[in-house]
Amino acid sequence: MARSPTATDALIHARGLTKRFAKLVAVDAIDFDVGRGEAFGFLGPNGAGKTSTMRMIGCVSSPSAGTLRVLGLDPVHDGPQIRARLGVVPQADTLDTELHVDENLFTYARYFGIPRDLARRRAEQLLDFVQLKERARDEVEFLSGGMKRRLTIARALVNEPELLLLDEPTTGLDPQARHLVWDRLYRLKQQGVTIVLTTHYMDEAEQLCDRLVVMDKAKIVAFGSPRSLIDQYSTREVLELRFPIDTTPALDRLDGVAERIEPLPDRVLLYTNDGEAAAVTVHSRGLQPESVLVRRSTLEDVFLRLTGRTLIE
Amino acid sequence: MTGTLRVLEHHLLVYRRTWKGSVFVSFVSPILFLGAMGFGLGSLISRGPSRTVDGVSYLAFLAPGLLAATAMQSAYVEATYPIMARIQWLRTYEGMLATPIGVLDVLAGEFGWLALRLALGSCAFFLVMLLFGTVHSGLALLAIVVAVLTGLAFATPILAFTATQRKDTSFPFIGRFLITPLFLLGGVFFPIHQLPQLVQDIAWLTPLAHGVALARGLLVGQAPPSAGLHLAVLLAYAAIGVVVARVTLQRRLVP
Repeated sequence: MARSPTATDALIHARGLTKRFAKLVAVDAIDFDVGRGEAFGFLGPNGAGKTSTMRMIGCVSSPSAGTLRVLGLDPVHDGPQIRARLGVVPQADTLDTELHVDENLFTYARYFGIPRDLARRRAEQLLDFVQLKERARDEVEFLSGGMKRRLTIARALVNEPELLLLDEPTTGLDPQARHLVWDRLYRLKQQGVTIVLTTHYMDEAEQLCDRLVVMDKAKIVAFGSPRSLIDQYSTREVLELRFPIDTTPALDRLDGVAERIEPLPDRVLLYTNDGEAAAVTVHSRGLQPESVLVRRSTLEDVFLRLTGRTLIE
Repeated sequence: MTGTLRVLEHHLLVYRRTWKGSVFVSFVSPILFLGAMGFGLGSLISRGPSRTVDGVSYLAFLAPGLLAATAMQSAYVEATYPIMARIQWLRTYEGMLATPIGVLDVLAGEFGWLALRLALGSCAFFLVMLLFGTVHSGLALLAIVVAVLTGLAFATPILAFTATQRKDTSFPFIGRFLITPLFLLGGVFFPIHQLPQLVQDIAWLTPLAHGVALARGLLVGQAPPSAGLHLAVLLAYAAIGVVVARVTLQRRLVP
């Protein structure tokens, strides 16, 4: 499946990777490779298996079956050596609320065996990088959600990792906070840090990822660059029609207007390369939608096409 | 080994923010208990027909028992809520495990920290005992070690249990049905041999009675007759607790 870098230079190499809990198959025989310097995404709805995959890469959950190599090492036997070179941003913040902002970075650096002097200097630099310098001596409790997330990212960078794993880095953040996080991640990528992230926001995946896999029900259902996925599974444009309640017309009245028609509970999506032209056709057939919107296709449309469901219900 | 030290270092950093309150309690609680029970109740007993308990003043009888029982109580508190917090409320362990630190380091660091805290509390208690004039021999210093061991005999199995819990609703039950009955019936306030035989048998199955017997013997200046057995029971509880905790914490943190 998602194998573009050759196996030898892959930072992460997975074949038939599987994770089973008692009765549940969380990850079902997935294949992927992540190359050095890449930004690689796992896109999918909640429960698709993204976090289970991340935990296996982070060596805190052992695979039930299949092959997994991280940094060329075996996560089951070389866990501590691998983790020494990883940065992990977990889905839920695990900050020390009993410690100050700068102490959080200091104590985390000490887990990696970084000498005290260097730990203090690095804490200072990283707080600068995530724009929290003024909050260094504050209690973690009083930080906003976005600031906590940035502190968690700073903490994950304390050992200057080669590979940064981010599990839903911006879930729950307001747009401004999200853009700040994206900006910092983009800078890290420029510095050559390999980034692997999970998200259920298609705009996040489009912004950050060079390549991504779409996961659904424990399996990889598609892979490629955001652009190539859209080209492959969707049309250039989408015409969104919203009709007044209970007046949605029979779908056959829209026959031939677009390449593909996707009725949703609250609107109808028409996939076409020319949205404006399709809108004209709709009106010429005497249909009167309440609102008409022409937009470009996104990964959301790819996901809808592949699974018949939207990403966030 | 270094991973364990890093975990200890973290706990120490957190403790630097909270030590004042806990040190205060470590002194106030024994002063209150020894004052009220030792002097208050003790003065009644000294005017009674037997005047002493097992050959010593009530205060001298009570103090070593209370030393061991206090260690048991702090072990219970420290091995439940704060551990639950680090497992799932604050997720401190999850943060640690994303670094070279492993589950064994987390566990060893936690037990090392518990031992340190128990030692600090027991030393404070011992100072209060000195103040109340119940210490008469150098051997009595060993009672601090016994108290720490008694605490660990409770802390390790309780921590093993905590690691299996998803909610904190069961913790008050441990307090009500294990810790408080033992506190009352474990030989702290009156000799176990005054209890009905069945209750005596049950009391001797738990670590507290053995810790109390050892500490009491050391305070009068001689090891009690079955010191070896007492010590073996305490060590066995602590060791079994460590082995089980290793399994339950591993399952919980790295499923």
